[in-house]
Amino acid sequence: MAPPNGVSTVVLPMPSAPEERQWVTTLKRLARRRTALFGLAVVAVVILSAVGAPLVTVFDPIEQDINQRLKEPGWRNAAGQAHVLGTDHLGRDILARIIYGSRVALVVGLSAVLISGVLGMAIGLVSGYFGGAVDDFFMRLADIQLAFPFILLAIAVIGVLGPSLRNIIVVIGVSSWVVYARVVRGEVLSIREREFVQAAIALGSRDGRVVLRHVLPNAFTPWLVVATLDMARVIVIESALSFLGLGVQPPTPTWGGMLADGRVYLSTAWWLATFPGLAILVTVLGINLLGDGLRDTLDPRLKV
Amino acid sequence: MKSYLLRRLWQAVLVLFGVSVVVFLILHLTGDPAALLLPPDATAEDIARFRTAMGFDDPVAVQYLRFLKGALRGDFGESLRHGEPAMTLVLERLPATFQLAGAGLLLALCLAIPAGILSAVKRNSPVDYVSTVVALTGQAMPTFWLGIMLILVFSVRLNWLPSSGRGGLEHLILPAVTLGLFTTARITRLTRSGMLEVMGQDYIRTARAKGVSEQPVVWKHALKNASIPIITIVGIELGTLLGGSVITETIFAWPGVGRLSVQAIFNRDYPVVQAAVFLLASTFVFLNFIVDVAYTWLDPRIRFR
Repeated sequence: MAPPNGVSTVVLPMPSAPEERQWVTTLKRLARRRTALFGLAVVAVVILSAVGAPLVTVFDPIEQDINQRLKEPGWRNAAGQAHVLGTDHLGRDILARIIYGSRVALVVGLSAVLISGVLGMAIGLVSGYFGGAVDDFFMRLADIQLAFPFILLAIAVIGVLGPSLRNIIVVIGVSSWVVYARVVRGEVLSIREREFVQAAIALGSRDGRVVLRHVLPNAFTPWLVVATLDMARVIVIESALSFLGLGVQPPTPTWGGMLADGRVYLSTAWWLATFPGLAILVTVLGINLLGDGLRDTLDPRLKV
Repeated sequence: MKSYLLRRLWQAVLVLFGVSVVVFLILHLTGDPAALLLPPDATAEDIARFRTAMGFDDPVAVQYLRFLKGALRGDFGESLRHGEPAMTLVLERLPATFQLAGAGLLLALCLAIPAGILSAVKRNSPVDYVSTVVALTGQAMPTFWLGIMLILVFSVRLNWLPSSGRGGLEHLILPAVTLGLFTTARITRLTRSGMLEVMGQDYIRTARAKGVSEQPVVWKHALKNASIPIITIVGIELGTLLGGSVITETIFAWPGVGRLSVQAIFNRDYPVVQAAVFLLASTFVFLNFIVDVAYTWLDPRIRFR
């Protein structure tokens, strides 16, 4: 029944249960996509086994045992313990080294993504919000950054500074901001014109407050999608650096380092090089599928 | 259009200027380029003498201008290991890198565009699933592992193809596949999503309603518009290919700029490193400028911006 003045009022049904938090909704929607769920499962397994490595494998990733060198996958030692993926040229269990190696990959991945993500977010916010000369400056800086073949710049800089966990994280982190900055900037350009931002400005909010309280929360979703997908890229770069001998140094196990060792024994012991590469492949695939799923549920327009 | 191209050219010059600053700074990262360039067993007096001789005591700005003057003439100094001008060494290796990157790109385009179109036209069919799974796997596969696995199967086990060096076509196959797979995967997915987007638009429905048969609708009407993002990504992928050549060339002992620069980094031969980084980055900037020019020709909307 319409009120006499002709304006119909719509009574919204109250949600019967207390309103779901946004991330719960997101997770539920994500779970409906099989590929994203697979990605989430892979990522969960990798993180859990990295954290609980000593619980997952009985073998030590560093201790050498020359009597057990180059044993085939499935080989059992005298104590009856099975080397599921075989042993390497120094008699170390491949599976144990892969599991412990995931720690380096994850630490580098998370830290570098955090550095470049925060840096890129800041540049994107400033560039998009203020525009003009500031924007021009940062966008040219982005072009300069992108002109370098990433891996070549990374190995040149790490070659000069010396390979260490800290240097790898800093070099990858500092030089990966462009994709975040571009995506955030694009979002800011459209958010800036929306009513609630214009209202905040009209009410006299200072720029800093407008950016941090009104613009940033709305640019966060695309940022998260980019960060997830970028994590996969960083893990590949970390292993490439380790493969070239410019990563975290032995005896600490790294996936790339294991591959480089295995390359020497390619004709006699195929498992040395095969399994660490599969670990990278599966991890990166999992992260990519999760990232694709996040993008499709959170922000399907986003092109990353 | 002329003003657009001029602006674009000016941007490219600015970027090259920035590239030269970064390449210059590589040597100054530790604060002491003299110690970096001399062997680790050099004495303190040696280092001091060398520092003065090379002008490393001058203000950084003066040193940079000297570097830029040299760089503009292609002079990055002499290779510390080979005693030849660094630029000559790099230029000698450039054709091999271009050949490899070109083969990788050609392979990617020949595989990815038909695969992407087929995937989009026959959406949710087995063809689409296979192509999507292959593309997803290809994007997740690290270049160096793919290269090693290809050597394991085709060189070590089957003994069909050589695992290293440059020579005839048989030498090119494995490195080109290794280098091109990631790009193939990326362009396949992009072509598929681009075609799906275009195929849903009104003018495609109009064309079909007018009775245009399926072949021209796909190949003429749809592909023309879907090709614009593909060309953008080709520009970006050129960077991926030039960067990927560093790893691929190392694995297959391919005598290009990438392998040269990795060796130079391990030999602490920094003039060669600088020349190689500068040349590859400039190549990328130049090729992307060409891509942008191609754009204005393909997409008239840009011409009048």
